[in-house]
Amino acid sequence: MSYGTWIMLTGSLVGVSCGIIGCFLILRKMAMLADAISHTVLLGIVLAYLVSHSLEGIYMLVGAGIIGLLTAFLVQVLHSSGVQSDAAIGVVFTSLFAFGVILLSAFAGKVHLDVNHALMGEITFIPWNTLTIGGMDLGPSAVWMLGTVLIINLILIFLFYKEIKISSFDPAMATAIGIPVMFIHYLLMSMVSITTVASFDSVGAILVVAMLIVPGATAYLLTDKLLAMLIISAVIGVISAIGGYYAALVWNISISGSMASIAGLIFAATFILSPRYGLLSKLLARKSLITE
Amino acid sequence: MNPIQVSNLTVAYDRKPVLQEVTFQMPEGKLIGVVGPNGAGKSTLIKAILGLVPKASGSVEIYGKSYRTQRKLVGYVPQRGSVDWDFPTNALDVVLMGRYGHVGWFRRPGKKDTAIAMQALDKVGMKEYADRQISQLSGGQQQRVFLARALAQDATVYFMDEPFVGVDAATEKAIISLLNELKAQGKTVLVVHHDLQTVKEYFDWTLLLNKQKIALGPTEEVFTVENLQKTYGGRLAFLDSQVSPSYVVQP
Repeated sequence: MSYGTWIMLTGSLVGVSCGIIGCFLILRKMAMLADAISHTVLLGIVLAYLVSHSLEGIYMLVGAGIIGLLTAFLVQVLHSSGVQSDAAIGVVFTSLFAFGVILLSAFAGKVHLDVNHALMGEITFIPWNTLTIGGMDLGPSAVWMLGTVLIINLILIFLFYKEIKISSFDPAMATAIGIPVMFIHYLLMSMVSITTVASFDSVGAILVVAMLIVPGATAYLLTDKLLAMLIISAVIGVISAIGGYYAALVWNISISGSMASIAGLIFAATFILSPRYGLLSKLLARKSLITE
Repeated sequence: MNPIQVSNLTVAYDRKPVLQEVTFQMPEGKLIGVVGPNGAGKSTLIKAILGLVPKASGSVEIYGKSYRTQRKLVGYVPQRGSVDWDFPTNALDVVLMGRYGHVGWFRRPGKKDTAIAMQALDKVGMKEYADRQISQLSGGQQQRVFLARALAQDATVYFMDEPFVGVDAATEKAIISLLNELKAQGKTVLVVHHDLQTVKEYFDWTLLLNKQKIALGPTEEVFTVENLQKTYGGRLAFLDSQVSPSYVVQP
């Protein structure tokens, strides 16, 4: 496959994984927690490297998963002991991220990672970092990692769909009928963590938030069905990735930046034009009410 | 055996006791109203029974066993305002959630569950609204969807948290006829209620609650001026000396 195809495939996998998991974050009003996790996984990655002395995907996923869960857990603990939830997120997120930055600078010589790369990602280099098993070149390792994470996410969502749904809509009822709401919460947070770390290399910690939140927020304006929302969000993720790649080619700009910008433009267009919840249709409805 | 047995139940939020040493047994097949001022712990009582808030002490039994093992016997109608009605789902889907406890892990609700859910919607007069997005329903319709969901739970004991708040007259009537139907089937229904004027009309039994149990028994016996004054303190001024048609609750 060509260089461009690999980049588009990588971007699309980021778009689909983030788009799907992002819907649940929006419905559970946890967009900020995703922002926090997307940053604290940096600490997970650094710790994973210091323990394993390797930058292989599996160590990164485990390290990020653990720190992602720790983030969610600490936020929960602070919140339930009386700290406001956004303040709790702010405290946990900056502390863990700062710790990650310190470790990274202390061991900078040994780790093939720098803060800039972690924050902004570099999808341009993805096609050269390939996975080779037994001398065979199997394509970019990022694609393998993202593919694995996407499959894990899809299996978990498929298995726990109704539990995730009811505990997002009505946690009290879910608890009353015996659904382990906290388990589902931490399951989702683990999924957010591994999705983030897999997307990290390609789009970086800041833009991964855009890919997590924007497609879901757009889909939310377009449909009244949960399943449709998941699918639309994934499709928007793919369109942003492919559109972003071509836009970057044409104007010679950052690929990840233009992917996130396309997602933002799609959201803006939807926000104005969506048939049911759009600004325009609301204005028209109001006008027709007045003239009637 | 008693459908609901609560012994020495104490619940505290941040060291402030909300319920103190509450003990009671509910008889089977009755409509029971729970009445008390704001902050009396009415909702907390239901939540503690269902394990939604931690108990500081005490125990709860549903038909002689812990709630954990009796979940399938219990139906729950939370306060309507406790959920986000903009969630992307329709009325039928919400009612189907009442079946989740019966379906079990890794399985989806099937045709039988859908039939039960449709029947429940029909019972509350909402069959035509099955496909309606829940944010497009009126407050009363949303409340009826919640009731239908509880019906779909196919329970023996029901807990309802303020089902009459903010509903239209038609919904109020629909809820009352539903409550009576449940009673006729021998089910026990405990309802947190706000409106003192309708207590006598709606409920066989009344629990007067203000952090502690003030009184419990058949409504005509316990719904008296003395008990109400004990429950509401000085906040209740009676226009009549009788506990009948009209009185005013002063803030």
